[in-house]
Amino acid sequence: MIKTRQEYTTYQTKLKAELAREKMRVLVCAGTGCVANGSLTVYEAFEQKIKAKGLPVKAQLLEEAGGHEPYAVNISGCHGFCQMGPLVRIEPSGVFYHHVKPGDVDEIIEKHILNNQLVERLLYHHPATGQAVTTQDQIPFYQKQTRVALEHCGRINPDDINDYIAHGGYKAITEILFEKTPEQIIDEVLASGLRGRGGGGFPTGKKWQFARAATSDKKYIICNGDEGDPGAFMDRSVMEGDPHRVLEGMMIAGYAIGADEGYIYVRAEYPLAVKRLKRAVVAAEEMGLLGYNILGTGFSFKINIKEGAGAFVCGEETALIASIEGQRGMPRPRPPFPANKGLWGCPTIINNVETLANLPPIIINGGQWFRGFGTAGSPGTKTFALAGQVAHTGLVEIPMGMSLREMVFEIGGGLRDGKQFKAVQIGGPSGGCLTEAHLDLPLDYEALKQVGAMIGSGGLVVMGQDTCMVEVAKFFMGFVQNESCGKCVPCREGTRRMLELLTKITRGQAGEEDLALLEELALVVQDGSLCGLGKTAPNPVLTTLRYFRHEYEAHVRDKKCPAGVCKALQDYYINQEKCKGCGLCAKVCPAEAIAGAKKEPHAIDTARCLKCGTCIEKCKFNAIYTA
Amino acid sequence: MNEKHYQCNCSLAGAKKLDEQAVDKILQKHRGKPDALLQVLLEMHSLIDYIPENIVFQIAEGLDIPPADVFGMLTYYPSFKTAPPGKYKISVCLGTNCYLRGSSRILERLCQVLNIEPGDTTPDGKFSLEAVRCLGACALSPVIMINEVVYPQVEPQKIPDILISCEKP
Repeated sequence: MIKTRQEYTTYQTKLKAELAREKMRVLVCAGTGCVANGSLTVYEAFEQKIKAKGLPVKAQLLEEAGGHEPYAVNISGCHGFCQMGPLVRIEPSGVFYHHVKPGDVDEIIEKHILNNQLVERLLYHHPATGQAVTTQDQIPFYQKQTRVALEHCGRINPDDINDYIAHGGYKAITEILFEKTPEQIIDEVLASGLRGRGGGGFPTGKKWQFARAATSDKKYIICNGDEGDPGAFMDRSVMEGDPHRVLEGMMIAGYAIGADEGYIYVRAEYPLAVKRLKRAVVAAEEMGLLGYNILGTGFSFKINIKEGAGAFVCGEETALIASIEGQRGMPRPRPPFPANKGLWGCPTIINNVETLANLPPIIINGGQWFRGFGTAGSPGTKTFALAGQVAHTGLVEIPMGMSLREMVFEIGGGLRDGKQFKAVQIGGPSGGCLTEAHLDLPLDYEALKQVGAMIGSGGLVVMGQDTCMVEVAKFFMGFVQNESCGKCVPCREGTRRMLELLTKITRGQAGEEDLALLEELALVVQDGSLCGLGKTAPNPVLTTLRYFRHEYEAHVRDKKCPAGVCKALQDYYINQEKCKGCGLCAKVCPAEAIAGAKKEPHAIDTARCLKCGTCIEKCKFNAIYTA
Repeated sequence: MNEKHYQCNCSLAGAKKLDEQAVDKILQKHRGKPDALLQVLLEMHSLIDYIPENIVFQIAEGLDIPPADVFGMLTYYPSFKTAPPGKYKISVCLGTNCYLRGSSRILERLCQVLNIEPGDTTPDGKFSLEAVRCLGACALSPVIMINEVVYPQVEPQKIPDILISCEKP
């Protein structure tokens, strides 16, 4: 239990010395992605096999390993390069192995750990030159990144509070409790220009000012971890990989506005994040860094963890509050803003996970330091979940203002399987689809807003030439239609009608007038909805209509899907040379549309064909194709 | 998300039940608090993984609110189930990435193999199937999750093997 500042400093010095004593540190990624690829068995193998060599091994920083220079074998948070998992990083050299299987562990121990030789086959190889890349920082995927919020993700053990403290954790909150007034903290955050990372982009310091100014005996901080955007997983990675950072960020925010209680609202779909956060809260409380009268300063802060119940709209501030209060999570009109009247009627600040994770380094290094990254209007770094048809998918953090081209082609390594770039969908269901013409656009709040997209929470999905943009718009419309809470009629009914129209288009049953109707409806839904979900729901449709209108027109005029995705707009044919006349397709066809003589090539009667696709699945000779 | 409705589930094997006393105890604990209804539902759900129809009326009576309010809350949040889940809860991710990489075909195949619709449980109580939006494992898409274990890069033809592997210890 740490009771004073002096004790904290002494303790931290001790931990740092402990860290310096480590001969080597093996970090095995235990983010959701790597765990799914079996990283936990790799971790166990390392621990047992190094021990079996008679070497001192420890899994926690303060564990007694019985040797002078122990080997640390730790789990770590997400490294971001999820598709290459399981990932292993070895400190202090920073050597990075990928696709490590339990069977590879012996070789790594024998060569690298005992004899300081590299295991070349497990290193990353540059796709163009084929050359092996030794350390993590030299890999092109990481080279262009700047990690602030993700600084510790993949470097420390998320389940060990001591590891966090040894890496400078809880230093920011300790410093400000003794040296700074809440007003000074708000000024520092204002000076940093930090803007809400959850999608809105509202200046964090300004939001705090409102809550600071509000008079009330009780104020709350809520950490919004209800990351519902499909295709976004940066908040999950921070909560899983560096949970104490989130807690410290919340305490800083709490001290700034005068709150003594906080809630973390996490999606129930993230069981690992919930587990690690809960452990982190218990550990911080036991350490005396969280709870009543922290370090004897009189500042108290309590953190509760609330699991969401699966409603996407609960990511909206007022709906989230309603959900914590035990109501149905429906948004309400603003004002009053939560900063004045929020949870249980008290002033409440809701900050996104990533926003909070940016706070400790801002406090330590100062607002001006933070401004050193990014652009004038959008300072700092932002994490993105890069996914879709790019060669390298994963979690990246870049200074704001980097161009989409750099993101997709340099960090992402271009498209996989030699596909042609077609579009990038940014910002999830509230964002928009951008084209090749936008590739040189800087990634910042304003530039994206101008072209009808938004940074949103940071999902970035790259699509190749074989993606149908109408189908993509339909997918997002289906999502928001499903998630509309039903409070505002334009959103509830409008999104349903829009989905019906899009379905009609993909089935080739729509006329040109439907496009006009779709556009009109989109504007009505935008205008007539209360919260962000409804206001931004038509964005994917509007941007695809704007930038890919020709594809819509092909669907309605020529009844063709240029990408060859929409099933109903394709006809099925049998390749006469490949067909052996086995008759299996004719047997399974529910419409009896296939006929032919035995051992002779068959043919499909396109007028009778239901386009169900059963024949393609059954054909053993790949003789059936669509066009 | 998915529309919920009650059907007779009494024949489902292995469905957990809450007796009247246990229900009363939970009601007593939360009665009078502003967030009583949600807390009661969450607690009961954590015990038996679904809320049976008869309990809805007990809750309404116990908290002195109309049953419609209980149904309203129950059907608002997708996490609440009205049917007992299977021993193995299968969630198919239909997030953007998984969708673009063909997760709807995986869902179709699972429906076929298990002979149930999303949201239902097999009659032997072994498997329940559900479509979810984004499990956050986008780099490994398409993924499915079975009882908190994420299966990466699933292909439709691998599904029978995955289902068999569940049952092995």
